[in-house]
Amino acid sequence: MSIKVINEKCTGCKLCIKACPFAAIEVKNKKAEIDLDKCTLCGACIEACKFDAIVLTKISPSEIDFPRKIEEHKGVWVFCEQKNGIAQSVAYELLGKGRELADTLGVELCGVLLGENMKNEAQKVIHRGVNKVYLVDSPMLKHYQDEPYTKTLIKLIKEYKPEIVLCGATSIGRSLISRVAIGIHAGLTADCTGLDIDKESRLLLQTRPAFGGNIMATIICPNHRPQMSTVRHKVMKEAAVNNHHRGKIIEVNYDAQTYKSRTKLLDIVEEIEETVNLTEADIIVSGGRGLQNPENFKLIEDLAKVLGGAVGASRAAVDSGWKTYSHQVGQTGKTVCPKIYIACGISGQIQHLVGMQSSEVIVAINKDPHVPIFNVATYGIIGDLFEILPELTKKFKEVLKK
Amino acid sequence: MNIIVCIKQVPDTVDVRIDPETNTLVRVGVACIINPFDMYAIEEGLRLKDKFGGKVTVITMGPPQADEALREAISLGADEAILVSDRAFAGSDTWATSYTLARAMHKIADYDLIICGKQAIDGDTAQVGPGISAHLEIPQITYVKKIEELNLHSAKGIAHSVIRAERMTEEGFEIIESPLPCLITVVKEINEPRLPSLKGKMRAKKAEIKKWEAKDLDVDPALIGLNGSPTKVVKIFTPPPRKGGQILRGEAKEVASKLVELLKNEVI
Repeated sequence: MSIKVINEKCTGCKLCIKACPFAAIEVKNKKAEIDLDKCTLCGACIEACKFDAIVLTKISPSEIDFPRKIEEHKGVWVFCEQKNGIAQSVAYELLGKGRELADTLGVELCGVLLGENMKNEAQKVIHRGVNKVYLVDSPMLKHYQDEPYTKTLIKLIKEYKPEIVLCGATSIGRSLISRVAIGIHAGLTADCTGLDIDKESRLLLQTRPAFGGNIMATIICPNHRPQMSTVRHKVMKEAAVNNHHRGKIIEVNYDAQTYKSRTKLLDIVEEIEETVNLTEADIIVSGGRGLQNPENFKLIEDLAKVLGGAVGASRAAVDSGWKTYSHQVGQTGKTVCPKIYIACGISGQIQHLVGMQSSEVIVAINKDPHVPIFNVATYGIIGDLFEILPELTKKFKEVLKK
Repeated sequence: MNIIVCIKQVPDTVDVRIDPETNTLVRVGVACIINPFDMYAIEEGLRLKDKFGGKVTVITMGPPQADEALREAISLGADEAILVSDRAFAGSDTWATSYTLARAMHKIADYDLIICGKQAIDGDTAQVGPGISAHLEIPQITYVKKIEELNLHSAKGIAHSVIRAERMTEEGFEIIESPLPCLITVVKEINEPRLPSLKGKMRAKKAEIKKWEAKDLDVDPALIGLNGSPTKVVKIFTPPPRKGGQILRGEAKEVASKLVELLKNEVI
């Protein structure tokens, strides 16, 4: 891909210069010139140009010929991440999407499960509509570890040749798949929020946010197989359970060397005393500087508890030591997309917004009507959170009969 | 102990706002900064150096102006800086980027620990760190929030150094031990980055930054830049902007009832 200025269309208006975050554009003789040493192909200038004078020269998916080797790769795989022997919900979401992709392509959908004593779990994966489950069962694979999982998955891919491999964009998925992609020279797109098939070329169209969601990019992988994506949790709809669905379990075993790890997992510590797991939560109640002190977080926790939700915090609240880092939502914390996000006393700086603006419903409570959080809030409440939060907790309790 | 810290220069978002009319990112006058997560990587490298001695080398792959980011790292206390830069690297995706950086590490040869930020705030992939360790075939620990212990041993001329670190997960954390050399990626919780000293700033001005091009790295031309990148961007667009919705006003009781009514169906 490359970028160029169409001189006939360029008016020398300099809008692109203002838009370029990398100072890569100059206007010489009333025409824009792009310094390719500085340009990162981010596309900001294309957006800014009112005359369509800057274009990215793209590779159209349908123009690409497939080398024969690529055609050997068939089927859609979903890596089914498990913790404590239980396949995680993100895997079921990917199986939902994977089914659509496999049907469009007219190929099989397969789950991949690594762990110890996972036969029952493999059956559960089958009930989500897969044709096959590749099961690698070994005590050495009981818990996720980078090296054994990477080596095993690489071997499976080399042996059974899928065309697409999907995996959750979780702390496991992102560490694992990044290593796997290097080992087999495959293309990998991180943290996708949209997946589709280009029917003509049969290529996977992977759409993902960049710049904290302010720009979306669609990415393809024309000449390498498999096409691999990590996919954001909570974006795709889970595959439905069908206890009558039948599929095959294919048990595969490799030598002990494959399962060997240089790193040692010494302990797993679960911080379950608080509702911390923001990425799993359907409802998140978040607090910011407007809470004034750490004790007032109780108001947030009370509401979260009634709603069965998790507690989030703005960077300001975390940096003040009111909440631990695992609660932080935003650019340097977690990216979340729950069904309902309730922001209390959070002004909504861009760093916070990029971490939560894809939530389905956003509720903002703030006494200042001019804060940016109201620009993204589905429902904005201008008022005192110390009065409103207890009322909300009370009302929800009544409605939910808790 | 020789530590390499990988950094990336990214556009600063601290002052970035959404233009209320066009609903796009306002980029005018946006400066470039060191990726925030990489600041924690630099700090951790410096703390380890303070404790164990040795040196911290910062490395970045990017356009010539990434030189500024390296100088900032030197002002904080890094000893050496390398800019991996060549037009042949333009258009690299994470595969080609991690390959190129791994070739640079290979050239450095003598390192015990590589530290990266967990991800960059512009691309948000979190793939380059693990990619480098995969290319180098060394172990990795991602999302490190604390280094519990680091032991540098050598017996009979063979190094037996190990690192023990806490790796952040969705539910809590894991404690992982790895032999060195190893690559770690770090999260914000690990430390609080220092500010540059005046002496450091002076040193940064004068410091010599090594510049390595493709010909210096023994790279396969088929594996770098656009050629070496399996993924291609076919479309870039601005998502439909999120609009503000309904504003509720009134007494606390009143607005609470209204909101509960509006959300009732979603909650139950």
